[in-house]
Amino acid sequence: MSKTNIDEINRNIYDFKNKDEYDFKIKKGLTKEIIEEISLQKNDPDWMFELRLKALEVYNKLELPTWGPDLSELDMNEIATYVRPKSKLNNSWEDVPEDIKNTFDKLGIPEAEKTSLAGVGAQYDSEVVYHSMKKELLDQGVIYTDMETAVREYPELVKTHFMKCVPVYDHKFVALHAAVWSGGSFVYVPKGVKVDIPLQSYFRLNSPESGQFEHTLIIVDEGASLHFIEGCSAPKYNKVNLHAGCVELYVKDNSYLRYSTIENWSKNMLNLNTKKAIVGKNAKMEWVSGSFGSKISMLYPMSILNGEGAKTEFTGISFAGKGQNLDNGFKVVHNAQNTASVVNAKSISKNGGKCTYRSLVRIGEKAKHSKSSVSCESLMLDDISVSDTIPVNDIQTDEVEFSHEAKIGKISDKTIFYLMSRGLSEEDAKAMIVRGFAYPISKELPVEYAVEMNNLINLELEGAIG
Amino acid sequence: MGENLLEIKDLYANAENKEILKGINLTIKKGEIHVIMGPNGSGKTTTANAILNHPMYQKPKGEIFFEDENITNLKTDEIARKGIFMSFQLPEEIPGVSVTNFLKYAKNKTTGKSVKVFEFRDELKKYMEELKMDPKNMERSLNVGFSGGEKKKNEILQMLVLNPKLAILDETDSGLDVDAIKTVSKGIEMFKNEQNSVLIITHNTKILHSLKVDFVHVLVDGRIVKTGSQELAREIEENGYGEYKKRLIDKSQPTEQSCFLPISHFIKR
Repeated sequence: MSKTNIDEINRNIYDFKNKDEYDFKIKKGLTKEIIEEISLQKNDPDWMFELRLKALEVYNKLELPTWGPDLSELDMNEIATYVRPKSKLNNSWEDVPEDIKNTFDKLGIPEAEKTSLAGVGAQYDSEVVYHSMKKELLDQGVIYTDMETAVREYPELVKTHFMKCVPVYDHKFVALHAAVWSGGSFVYVPKGVKVDIPLQSYFRLNSPESGQFEHTLIIVDEGASLHFIEGCSAPKYNKVNLHAGCVELYVKDNSYLRYSTIENWSKNMLNLNTKKAIVGKNAKMEWVSGSFGSKISMLYPMSILNGEGAKTEFTGISFAGKGQNLDNGFKVVHNAQNTASVVNAKSISKNGGKCTYRSLVRIGEKAKHSKSSVSCESLMLDDISVSDTIPVNDIQTDEVEFSHEAKIGKISDKTIFYLMSRGLSEEDAKAMIVRGFAYPISKELPVEYAVEMNNLINLELEGAIG
Repeated sequence: MGENLLEIKDLYANAENKEILKGINLTIKKGEIHVIMGPNGSGKTTTANAILNHPMYQKPKGEIFFEDENITNLKTDEIARKGIFMSFQLPEEIPGVSVTNFLKYAKNKTTGKSVKVFEFRDELKKYMEELKMDPKNMERSLNVGFSGGEKKKNEILQMLVLNPKLAILDETDSGLDVDAIKTVSKGIEMFKNEQNSVLIITHNTKILHSLKVDFVHVLVDGRIVKTGSQELAREIEENGYGEYKKRLIDKSQPTEQSCFLPISHFIKR
């Protein structure tokens, strides 16, 4: 395994690469012919084929965003948008080819499935290679499958929801996604069904100079509940990889959805992801998000509170090291009375890393008696790192409670001395302070993920002193 | 009494280029309790910080030995692992790290082995009862939202759990009411045995009402000007530091007849 610099030491639990073996890899670039070829390879129905072509037109018309991180290094002519792994979809790990199975073994996915999950999906490059769910959920009518199967087997449900929450023209990378999407998970939880144990999809991008464009569509019907976990990682290559996934969540009246993410893309990844939830009457949408990897990340999950009494919470943390520019945040639109949003965002930057919290809170005219409280806190571990907060608050009615609180801080020498006087090395002391800072987020994660997050923090802090 | 535990030889210490300690000599043997008393700004906290090699203080001259090993320039955490503990005047707050987890982690680090979970929990419970601490505090973030008294008791709890060879208690009694001081004294008595030692740093004598000590040192302007028994503390309680300060002024500023102290004596660092 090649290691490019000292910072990358010990990332090897994520950084192992398999040989770039595939069944089919589309040529690099983005043309009508390439889209047609992908659609053919995927055996799309007509409506999907047309949607892809329309999306390509929209993509070509839209400009790159003029705000936020510089994306000029992204050259779509250098990215292969579709890589089919040497594996069909399996519902037993035994049937997954050895090297791919080993990948997920190292990431602990099959083990987690045995101990703490009700269902698992695993995507390798552009296609889902494994999907499985406990029988009890199947019996209750819960659907959890890969997106391609859903397009085939639940055409009406998919057609009425696919790219309806996130419209194709939302922004350039949504259009790109719609044109080349492949893989992802589909979940439907029927009315009144409570799924007590989480479902989890894991996305692994192995192939260099390629992109991953998975589509996740979740419908939690009235009075139902679900916890969905998304994990992502990739080994590091010298050239950029692109991730432009799309997550559409429908949280119907009186239902509950928690969507947790641990993102640990490699540091050559441009993560330009779009996530949105539409929340119904008295329903609740919770986002939990840990963002560690990527060279550039632009990720702003969004909740649209359309039903009276709808609630949303966002709990997120970003950790930017050397060469990373993580422009993350949260957006919420209050469209109905008595809606509520709570945001608790944290960021850590070190070794010249940059974290920006970019947010929108819009409380519309109709959203009387709504509440919104936003708290963001940044921790900088040295003098060369950067942290920024760019909130937009658009409050169109008087009868609301709104608060925004932002704090930026550094680790004080006094605190380090205190901890060192208890026998902790300087490195241990910093790691303890950072873990404590991140605790309000890690405590919201399932135990294995909280442990993984603490390991990531320790990993990020190794060699960060001095 | 036994052999030397801590030996400070002619120690000078500066902070921000200002000379604070001007030749401290102090020997603490195993099994002894020592008290350093002195007015504000005399260098008491600096003495404690200098022993633990706080990076903010320079030590241009002098040496510190612990169990005959020169520890003058060791890193703070190395000194802590040798068996020196300091109770802070203003303990730091660590959000997101519970008291239990912190203590477990620190104990692992100081002893170099993993604590046994159940034994540890029982030990902790026992100490907390003795110190009249609310058991709920165990799961709260370390010192976050603790009252002044709770923070000080928490320092004593840490001392008991980490069980050092030498405990330096910097102004642990200040700001506490009579009952809390008694509890702290009880904690010290629980900790104390023939093999370990305590160095109490204080500017008042309240804690000495409920604790028997072996030596009292008076620190004025960076020097130990007098050493005596517990009786010395009683004298100071009655007469204050005036005599020692005056003597110092007479020595250092022979031309000035005023009995007022230079303002620097009253500035708290």
